[in-house]
Amino acid sequence: MIKFEKVTKIYPAHFSNGSPTAVLQDVSFEIKEGEFVSIVGKSGAGKTTLTRMILGLEDPTHGDVFFKNKNLRTADSFEIQNIRRSIGCIYQDYKLLPAKTVYENVAYIMEVEGKGYGKIEKEVPRVLELIGLEDKMENFPKELSGGEQQRLAIARALVNNPKVIIADEPTGNLDPYNSYEVIYMLEKINKAGATVILLTHDREIVNKLGKRVVTLVGGRIIRDEAEGKFML
Amino acid sequence: MVTNFSRIFKFAVNDFSRNKGISLAAIFVLVVTIMLVTWLFFFHGISKFLISQVQDRIDITAYFKDDAQEQDILGVKEEILKLSPDIKAVEYVSKERAMLAFNEKHKDNAVLAKALEEVGTNPFLPSLNITTNGDPVQFAEVSNVLQTANFSKFIDKVDFSQKKDTIEKVFSITSNINTFGLILGIILVILAILVVFNTIKLAVDSSKDEISTMRIVGATDWFIRGPFIIQGAIYGFIAFVICFLISAVSAYFLSPKISAVLPGFNTFDYFLSNIWILVLIQLAFGAGVGIISSFIVVRKYLDV
Ligand SMILES: Nc1ncnc2c1ncn2[C@@H]1O[C@H](COP(=O)(O)OP(=O)(O)O)[C@@H](O)[C@H]1O
Ligand SMILES: [Mg+2]
Repeated sequence: MIKFEKVTKIYPAHFSNGSPTAVLQDVSFEIKEGEFVSIVGKSGAGKTTLTRMILGLEDPTHGDVFFKNKNLRTADSFEIQNIRRSIGCIYQDYKLLPAKTVYENVAYIMEVEGKGYGKIEKEVPRVLELIGLEDKMENFPKELSGGEQQRLAIARALVNNPKVIIADEPTGNLDPYNSYEVIYMLEKINKAGATVILLTHDREIVNKLGKRVVTLVGGRIIRDEAEGKFML
Repeated sequence: MVTNFSRIFKFAVNDFSRNKGISLAAIFVLVVTIMLVTWLFFFHGISKFLISQVQDRIDITAYFKDDAQEQDILGVKEEILKLSPDIKAVEYVSKERAMLAFNEKHKDNAVLAKALEEVGTNPFLPSLNITTNGDPVQFAEVSNVLQTANFSKFIDKVDFSQKKDTIEKVFSITSNINTFGLILGIILVILAILVVFNTIKLAVDSSKDEISTMRIVGATDWFIRGPFIIQGAIYGFIAFVICFLISAVSAYFLSPKISAVLPGFNTFDYFLSNIWILVLIQLAFGAGVGIISSFIVVRKYLDV
């Protein structure tokens, strides 16, 4: 479903700090449909860069990224937008719409999909309740705490029942109780058939999952185990 | 499709009402721009009126010598008609008709009648009354014909209803004012459009991150662009309504004042008789500038 082929990403050097940085180096792996994969690594290991490449926000410097056999490098803007709509992504920096309310932020994702009014009016409150934001529907993102913003980002990624979910540090701002709730939710969605990619540096969560773990160190894959542990 | 459109419209109205400050600013600069264009339009009407007024006054009367034959005079008339076929009128007035006209005009004036009687003979000269179409070129053509040796020997004197150089001066002034006014107007309008563009850019700039987030969650270009463009159209439409009311009210209330300066020119009549053109210009300008500015600015941020 998602395939990285010898992907290297080099960011050009800035004037002040010398040489160009290779964030990912020669990364190859494949994620099959219905898998639950954790990609682990310290902060700065290149997890977010990986996420951005799957969504076509960043092109690899060398190598190729495929989504359902479509090389993202050659996909046109229309195809890229289709891919982005089919993925539910929880961004590490949330990427909320600041000028829209909590309700509208979630509804927007369904509106982009062209979903009907009735369905939106039913689904949005349901998802917000699931994630515990039903009292904040009319608030704007800046009126939410960090954890609440993160939960809104999660609600938004889940509302369309996407077949693929990418969660970039989805528990970074949550307390342990809420963290496990979220992970449990991801597991449930995966059981229902969705592909889940979890990018995290949370040892406990990964160890508890007992699923495939891809370990990134300094932009290289050093381990890829079917029932892995968090080992750095 | 219909759902999408109504959504895009809803977003536009939402954004509009949530950003009242910037919306008002955009409408204000659009009003100024449209009013400038409207003023240019009225200015054009006034200058056209002025020119027609001057043009109506450019007549030439050629008085022939007492002994000039009627066929010679008619020959001059034909020559003028041949050289300037689009001349307004060339009227031959014989000695007798001139006398009749004089008597008719002064029939109540005993002194004049008596004086005329004392002269004994008909003192009037036969003449050609020439009304040009106001074009200085035509004016020159006519005076050239009258000066050629063939004809000038019959002519006693030529009377320009206004002095030729005055007429030419008036012409050059009106045409200069026209060109100058037009150029100045166009420059001002361009400046105003730039101000509108920048105000709308300001409005869209504040949504820069929002636009890229919309791209990231998979919205199509038109789904993102639509609300901004409709907002531009709403700015334009509101500005149009305001400008239309301002023009109607000021054309109505300024009309007596302007008529006092320019007798015969009624601004409100001019407004009424050009109302559809004005609506078209104001609406096209307001909505056009609003929409095009939004389109251009949003395009810049869609590249994600
Ligand atoms: N746009 C960029 N320009 C230059 N360097 C970048 C850019 N984005 C990320 N990096 C660098 O790439 C490295 C990996 O970043 P990231 O993928 O965010 O790591 P992670 O998500 O694993 O913490 C970091 O060292 C970061 O400084
Ligand atoms: Mg990251």
